[in-house]
Formats: sequence, C-alpha cells, structure tokens
Amino acid sequence: MAHRTPVESDEIRFGERLNAIAAWPVRILFGLLDAPFRAIQRLIGIGRMPYIFLIPNLAFFGLFVIVPLIINFAFSVTGGDELFLEDRVYVGGEQYSYLADCDNFLDPQSCREDRFWRGIYNTCIFVFFQVTFMVLFSLITALILNREIRGRGFFRAAFFFPVLLSPVVVALIWKWILLRDGVLNAGLTSLGFERILFFVDPNWSMFWAIFVSIWAHMGFYTLILLAGLQAIPPDLYEAAEMDGTKRERVFWRITLPLLWPNLLVVIVLALIKAVQIFDEVFVLTGGGPGTATQFIVQYIYTTGFANQVQNFGLAAAASVVLGVVLFVLTLVQLAVTRRKEDA
Amino acid sequence: MADAQTVSTGRLSQMLTARRGGKSWHWTDVFTYAYLAFGVCLMFGPVIWLALSSFKTPAGLQEFPPTLLPLGQIEVEVEGYEEALPLFRVTMEDGSVRELAQVRRIGIIAQMVDPADPGTSLRVPIDAREPIREFRVAWENYTNPLERFNFVTYLNNSVIVTVVATLVTLLINSMAAFGLAIYEFRGRNAVMLFVIGTLMIPITIILVPAYLVVTQLNMVNTLWAVILPGAATPTGVFLLRQYMLTLPRDLIEAARMDKASEWAIYWRIVLPLSLPAIAVLAIFSVMWRWNDFLWPLVVLNRSEVYTLQIGLNAFQGELDVQWHYVLAMTVVTLIPVALVFAFLQRFITTGIASTGMK
Amino acid sequence: MKMRLCRALIFGTAALGLMAGSALAETELRITWYNDGNEGEVMRGILDRYEEANPEVKVVLDVVPYKAILESLPVQLAAGEGPDMARVTDLGGLSEHYLDLTPYISDPSYWESNFGPFLKWKRQPGDDKAISGFMTQLTVTGPYVNKTLFEQAGVALPGEGATWDDWAAASREVAQKLDIPIPMAWDRSGHRVAGPAISMGAKMFDENGEPALVDDGLKAMAAKLHEWHQDGTMPKELWGSVSGSQYLGANEDFANANVAMYMSGSWQIPQFADKIGDAFDWWAVPAPCGPEACTGMPGGAALVALNTSEHPEEVGKLMDYLSSEDVLNEFYGKTLFIPGHLGLAASGVEFDTDDPRAKHALETFAAAVPSISPTAFDLQGYVNNRVMFNALISRLGEAIVGELTLEEAYDRMSQDIEQQIAEKQRDG
Repeated sequence: MAHRTPVESDEIRFGERLNAIAAWPVRILFGLLDAPFRAIQRLIGIGRMPYIFLIPNLAFFGLFVIVPLIINFAFSVTGGDELFLEDRVYVGGEQYSYLADCDNFLDPQSCREDRFWRGIYNTCIFVFFQVTFMVLFSLITALILNREIRGRGFFRAAFFFPVLLSPVVVALIWKWILLRDGVLNAGLTSLGFERILFFVDPNWSMFWAIFVSIWAHMGFYTLILLAGLQAIPPDLYEAAEMDGTKRERVFWRITLPLLWPNLLVVIVLALIKAVQIFDEVFVLTGGGPGTATQFIVQYIYTTGFANQVQNFGLAAAASVVLGVVLFVLTLVQLAVTRRKEDA
Repeated sequence: MADAQTVSTGRLSQMLTARRGGKSWHWTDVFTYAYLAFGVCLMFGPVIWLALSSFKTPAGLQEFPPTLLPLGQIEVEVEGYEEALPLFRVTMEDGSVRELAQVRRIGIIAQMVDPADPGTSLRVPIDAREPIREFRVAWENYTNPLERFNFVTYLNNSVIVTVVATLVTLLINSMAAFGLAIYEFRGRNAVMLFVIGTLMIPITIILVPAYLVVTQLNMVNTLWAVILPGAATPTGVFLLRQYMLTLPRDLIEAARMDKASEWAIYWRIVLPLSLPAIAVLAIFSVMWRWNDFLWPLVVLNRSEVYTLQIGLNAFQGELDVQWHYVLAMTVVTLIPVALVFAFLQRFITTGIASTGMK
Repeated sequence: MKMRLCRALIFGTAALGLMAGSALAETELRITWYNDGNEGEVMRGILDRYEEANPEVKVVLDVVPYKAILESLPVQLAAGEGPDMARVTDLGGLSEHYLDLTPYISDPSYWESNFGPFLKWKRQPGDDKAISGFMTQLTVTGPYVNKTLFEQAGVALPGEGATWDDWAAASREVAQKLDIPIPMAWDRSGHRVAGPAISMGAKMFDENGEPALVDDGLKAMAAKLHEWHQDGTMPKELWGSVSGSQYLGANEDFANANVAMYMSGSWQIPQFADKIGDAFDWWAVPAPCGPEACTGMPGGAALVALNTSEHPEEVGKLMDYLSSEDVLNEFYGKTLFIPGHLGLAASGVEFDTDDPRAKHALETFAAAVPSISPTAFDLQGYVNNRVMFNALISRLGEAIVGELTLEEAYDRMSQDIEQQIAEKQRDG
C-alpha cells in the first residue's frame, strides 16, 4: 500500500466525465474562433497576443470595477445628495477632514463622526480575535483531518459545508438559534441556567459575530492547510522517528516550518475577509447593541445607502480610506505569495 | 491484521498521526474522534434545526422550550358545530383531567364541550386548559409564499443568471489567466498588481457608482445588469493563473513547434489541463451568483426579471419578520446548495485542496 | 440530442429574459409595491377589473421587499430609472420625483376635497398645488393592550386621560402578577416616539419653522424611555439590540401574549386579527396623555405617480379609477386600513371583518384622528422628518445601551440632523 493520493483519482474521474459532457459544443465554439484569432496573431505577432487574451476581462473589469472606483473617488471630494457627478458640488477634502475631525483619535466619543471611528475600533477588535481563532481552529482541524482516520472524506466535507451557504442564510440560521426563545436558551434553562439575551449584551454580540463568521468560513482555510500538510514529504517524519524525536518537537521543527507558506496565505486571506465583514453580522446582530458590532463596511453602507439623506460623499470618503487599508493588506499578500513562489 | 499493521507503521511516522495500530487508544485518538464528532454536530446541527423548524406552525415556532418535531393542535368534529373545534386537555376543578373541545373563548373563560357528549357545555378558566397536539407538518409555510408569486419565473431567472454568468466568468477569466501565466510582456506586473489590489474590494462600497455605470449602459432591469458586473472576478483570474503557472512549459513549446496558433494552445492544451481549477472556480461562481442579494435588489425592480433571492424576500414587509416564512424560504434557497454539495462534495473538497492557492 | 434541446431552451429563455419589457403593443404601467398584509392581492383584484375595462392598458405590480422601497427606489428615481407609480412611505423625502397629476386627472377638486390634508404631505416645500397621489392607508400610532392579561391579573385598565406613567405602572403590575416577560414594548422607530414626545410638550420646530428636535418636551419623554429600559418596564431586545435607525417591532411577542402593552399603530390591525384571532382580547386604547396633549402620530403609505413615467395620461386615468370612492371603499374595507379619504372617513367604511376586537381597534384609531396635535401633522408633512426620526431613535438607542449619556445623545441628535440637512441643502 503506497502513499495514497485520494486527490488525483477523484479529480481525473470527474474531469473525464466533465470532458465527455462539455467537449463537443466547446470544441465547435472554440474551433470556430480559431480562424479569427489566427488572423489577429498574424497581424500583430505573437508578442502582443497576451493583450488580446487580457482584453475581455480587463474591459469588464475596467467598466464595472475601475470606473466605479474612480466615480467613488469623485464622490468623496463632492457633497450634496445628487446622484450625477455633474450636479454635485466640489468640496475638496472636506469629507475627509470631517471624518478625521477628532480631539482624541483613541476616543470615538470625541470625534465629529463618532460612528465611523467606532466602526474602525470594532473592526480592529473583530479582526484580531476572528483571525486568531480562525487560524487556530483551521490548523487544529487540518491536523486532525490529516491523521489516519475513518471517513476522512466525510469529515472533510462536513467542515467545508457552511462555506457554500450565503451570508444571509448563515446569519438567519444562527439568529434563529440564539433568540430569546431559541434552542440554545432552551438548553441553558434545562441545565438550570438563566436565559441569556445574547444580542442585548455587547460582549456576547461580538462573541457570536466572531463565532458565526468562523463557523461559516473555517472549512475553506482548513482545506488549504490540509493541502499543505499532505504535501509534506513523509520521509521527513520517518527520519525524525528514527532519531526518536518527540512528537511536539516534530511539530515545531518539521510541520510548522513546512506549512508556513500555506499558513501565511491563510492568515492574509482571513485578514482581508475579516476587514470587509458585513452581511453576516448585519443580519445577525444588526450592528447592535448600540454600535457594538457595527463595522466599517456597515457604516459605509448605512451612510451612503440606507439613510434618508443618502450621503454619497461621506460614504465614499470612508470607503476610500477602507480601500487604501485593503490595498496595503493585499500588497502584503503579494509579497507573501512572491516569497512563496521563490521558495 | 497484518495489512493494518503495515498501513499503520507506514503512517505512524506522520506528525500527530495514526493511532498505534492494534494497541490501545492513545489519548490523541480519543481527542480526535471527540473533536470530529463535535465538529459534525456543530456544522450540520444548526442547518438541520433550521429545516425542522421550517415545518412548524407560527404558534409552534414561538413555543418555549421548543419541541424537536413540528406539532399541531388536534381538531375534532363535534356534532352540532359546523367547523372543527380545537381539542384541549383540561384540569377540572375536582382535579380530574378531561379532553374537551373549545367552542369559544370569552375573556378569561373558555366555553367547552365534551366531544362524546355535545349537548352540555362547560365553562373553564383558560389557564386550566392545555392544547393537545400531534405530529403535523406545516406545509403552508412553503405553499403560501410560493403561491403568492411566480416561482417558476424567478427560478428560471436565477438559473439563467447563474449559468450565463458562470460561463462568461470562466471564459474571460481563463483567457486573462492564460495571458498572465504563459507570457512575459510589458505591463504584466502592473496588471497583476491591479488584479490583486482589487481582489478584495467588496461590492457594497461601490454600490452606487456601479449602479450609475449600469444605468448609463442602459442595462437596468435586464439580467445583464446582474450577469456582467461580477464576471471579471479578480479571484478567478488569480486562482486560474496560479494553477496554470504549474503546467509544464515544454508542452506549449512543442505545440508552437507544430505551428499551433496561440488560441489553439489556449483551448487545446492549457484549458483541458486546468480543468480542476476551472471546476473550482465554476463552483464558487455558481455559489456567488445563486446567493447574490444586495446587488440584484438595486438593479432589478421589475418582477419578470427578479431572481429567486429577491422574490423570496418580497414578502418581507415594513412590519415584521415572519419567521415561519423566513425559515421556509431559507430552506428553499438551501436546497440547490445542498444538492450541489451532496453530489459534488468529494470533488469540491479535493479540488480546492489541490488547487488551493498553490 | 437532449443536451442540445436543453441548451437551446436555456439560451432561448435567456434571450427572452434579457430583453424583458419590450415589444408589447399595449401600454404597460409599472407599480412598485410592498406588502404588509393582503393589500397586494386586493389591489391586484382591482387592477384586473381595470384591465378588463381598458384592454389597451396593462398594469404590473412589482412587489419588492420594503427594504427596496427605502433604499433602492430613491437611487433608481435619482438615476431616472423609476417605475410609473410606487407605494412609498417617505412621502416628503421623495417628493421631488413625483408627477403632478393635475393636468391628467378628470376632477382635481375631488382630490382636493377628499385628500386635501394628505396631499400636503407629498408636496415639496413652497408648493401648494401639486396632486401626486393618494394614501393607500392612513395610519395613527397608538398602543394596544392585552386585555385578557389585565383581567387575569385583576388590574383595571387606566381610563380616559391616563398618562404614560399610569400605563407603565399598570403594565408592570400585570407583568409582575402573571410573570409576563415584557410589561411594555414600543416599536423601535423614531416615528413612534414622536407622538408621545409631542404630548409631553415637544415642539419639533423653532419659531422659524426650522427643525428643532431637542427641547424640554422631548427630553422629558426620552428620559422616561431611558428609565423604563433601565428598570425593566421595556425590554432591551428591541431598542437595545440593533444599531442605527433599524426598525424592530414587538408584534410577534404581543401576538404570543408576552407583552402587556404594545405601542405601535393602526397598521397592525389586519395582522393581529389574522394571527391572534380570539386567543386573547387585544384592545386598542386611546393615546396616553402628557401635559400638552394626548396624541399619536399620523402617517401612512401613499400610492404616488412618478415623473419618470412615460405615460402620464394613462397614469392619470388609472389614478382616477383607483381614487374613486367605490374602489377605495372596497380597498380599505378588504385591507382593514384606516381610510385616507375624507368622504369615506366621514361616511364610514364597511370593513370586511367580524372580529369585534378588530372593529373596536379600527373605531378607536379612527376616533383618534381629530385629536391628533397640529404639531404632529406638521412633523408628518415636513420633508426631512425621517432625518429627525432616525437621529432620535439611533441616538436614544445608543444611550439606552450605555454608549452615550442622555445629554450626549441629545447633542448627537441635533448634530446628526444639522449635518444631514446641511449636506442635502448644499446643492440647493
């Protein structure tokens, strides 16, 4: 019994089936496109062909992401409640300075736009705990799934299942459990505890916001880590065992260093996802109690969209700030993947 | 046994790995299975609870502590009364317990009859009675909202959006990924930086500007407004490119020697080899599109172009959350996801593990 | 072969779906609508008859979640992509997008005499002529009590002229005796607070007619609400759970007899009649009093014509039909809505219910209309009233959970209103 590769056998079988179904219409379609592309290639030369392949994607991307981003920036330097840019009043950096109008940046209460700053602080707290525990539990789960266990496929699937649910559904499922008359409170009272009104207590609300988002996304990160674990050559462990190295030591000396690239990817991805948390928590806690779980994206959504005076300018300014933060984070990710590619 | 032995010695060496074959359980084995059992309950339990709850009547939903199975009050036909009457278990003043049907309630007194003796009516304080229930499924949680709107149209729109959008996404993303993975060209790094830089911009923060673009293109109230804006996903380009980078270059060089066009290299060589990654993107794309809510809500406001997610939420009025409908409709949107999961789960999980951010 | 057919079907329907709404010989009118109860079905029935009598016109009711009326519709209107008509609740805020129907309706004087006071709510400041729609329902805010619980506890309902304190004390007593979890609940909505605040003497506007939310009257009511949340009279689950101005109602809890007194409004009647039935006696009671008044807030939803319509003539004709006395009598009667038609209000609508509780509630709320304070009417007619309601409820909510002190909350309310109105007026 050699080293089993469950991955490939499944993959190939499915790939063949998919091929069989999709092959001929695809073949005809792509075959028809062959002549025009050949003509283009003759016209511009092989060296410029990559641009041709990039054009469709970049066109859509430019139209629906880049242009809105530019409009968004234009919104952030204008004021009023008009939708079309030409009707809006240029105000320069006024929206930004309004956001930054604070006596003390550590105390949201001293800021003109206190909710923006509370959103930032709440997001920081959320990101710190969510990412820490997300990585921790994904790692534990991946390590356990990497053991020789019965029904590994089933367990792997079970942990992955919630990844496929929409954020709204995830939040509704848990809200239904956590309500005053929900099943969790029924459990508590039957054990002799008092009922807990989870969404009235700021700490509980934050706890459940973190818990539910980990519940929903952990499976994805677990799989990435599991792939990393399975890629570690078994002979390393065999050698360590020959030397009589202790398990803990093996973990710190072999597993963790070799898993590190995957772990870094998981950390950065989880970080970026956590910064832009919105729908799940919005449906679950509504950002409450008070503003205890109101995060930065919810602030932007409410200010620019859900309020009666849709304050596009202020919301846009806040989103530009968020965008810069996200961009820095993704640059970090770029550096990480680069290092990984080099390694 | 011998076989098991070899397996376990082969694997024993893996870090925190197998139980020591044949010998007594190590504490880590106990921990492993306890963790897994707990994990499975935690992952599936809430969803199963949701599904069970969705079959309860509004009254059943409000019960505390909640019952596991959906129950409904028994109604009995009583001679002399046109409509069926609800049945109660009543503690009489003398302490005896009788099963009585309620005729009407006035204030805090209920007027009741014994179904066996419909002639005499009894007056009972309302807190002395308790409804008698049996297992009953509240199908009306499903049928009522589904009857209220054109379910088939919405389903059709959702399917069109999901299928067309996924096809468009796969085509243009794979082309772009091909361009970025196979060629060295000027501006490649700039494009990659762009792709990665926008990898994580949530649509929520550019909702209004994106809507402006869509109106200028005259796409409001067409399904294109939902299909196209999300098609050029940076995530997809990134995922496919990373996979294509791992393909052997000599295949491509050999094809070029054979005078294959670049387009042919793309669709005859690189695409088939990238199928696992493409399939993963396809699954994600289907999930994103199927679950999309906020954006369709903004760009679609005519009922003939509604997607299922909007249609199912249309019964949510100004007033309240009607949990019995919300739960039932959540289950309806869950069904396709559950089906995809049931049939493809092995492939999804292994596929992601093999392509996952190499 | 099967695959091909399937594919052809999918793409065929795709093409159809993508080109939706073109190539129709008849005139098509679109109404964006939301539902709280059965009003969509009733309206559909009326529209079917209209279509039968006018075969060249087709009217489509696009039912959306209420969220879309509040959030998406304003953006669509601003972008010029709106429908022909819509059922809206932010009457003043959207008024710049309304169509003045005067040239298109047969008898403007009928509108003036029957919808007069409510037409004002839909006009832009400075306009005193435009006719843009009618109220699909008039609402009045006010409390309901669970009379059965009061009887079981042996607590008498406070009578005419009772204050909010009297009612709070009575509700607490009922809850305590019967072990009911929630003595008193209010909808989480600034609109609900406005009536009682006016009763306590809040003026809402300064002498120049500019909004001035925070005054002694408002503070008196806000302080009471704050205290009731601290002493357990009101549950924190409503006001102290979500953030900002999000709406939450206690109707489910009230319907399940978990609440002794529930401050909401007339629009709950059809739902309660349906849901509670005769499980207990739910009773609408007159608005409790303060030193200045005993008032609720008027409000409601209106069906308005929009200036994005390309068929103003047909819209006018349809509006004529829908606003006629017979049709409205049927509509209000079947939906159990308080009529927003003065003639019908005077003659009385034949409500389609045998439920004595529903009848009593409809009578109570209809009788409350004349006693509504003029300040409440002015506030309802003020264009930016939702800015005031939202600032009120969101900051009061933050004070109730302890993020702000009451004094800080008052400052923030004024600041929120000032900032939002300034932003709106920046471009005139």
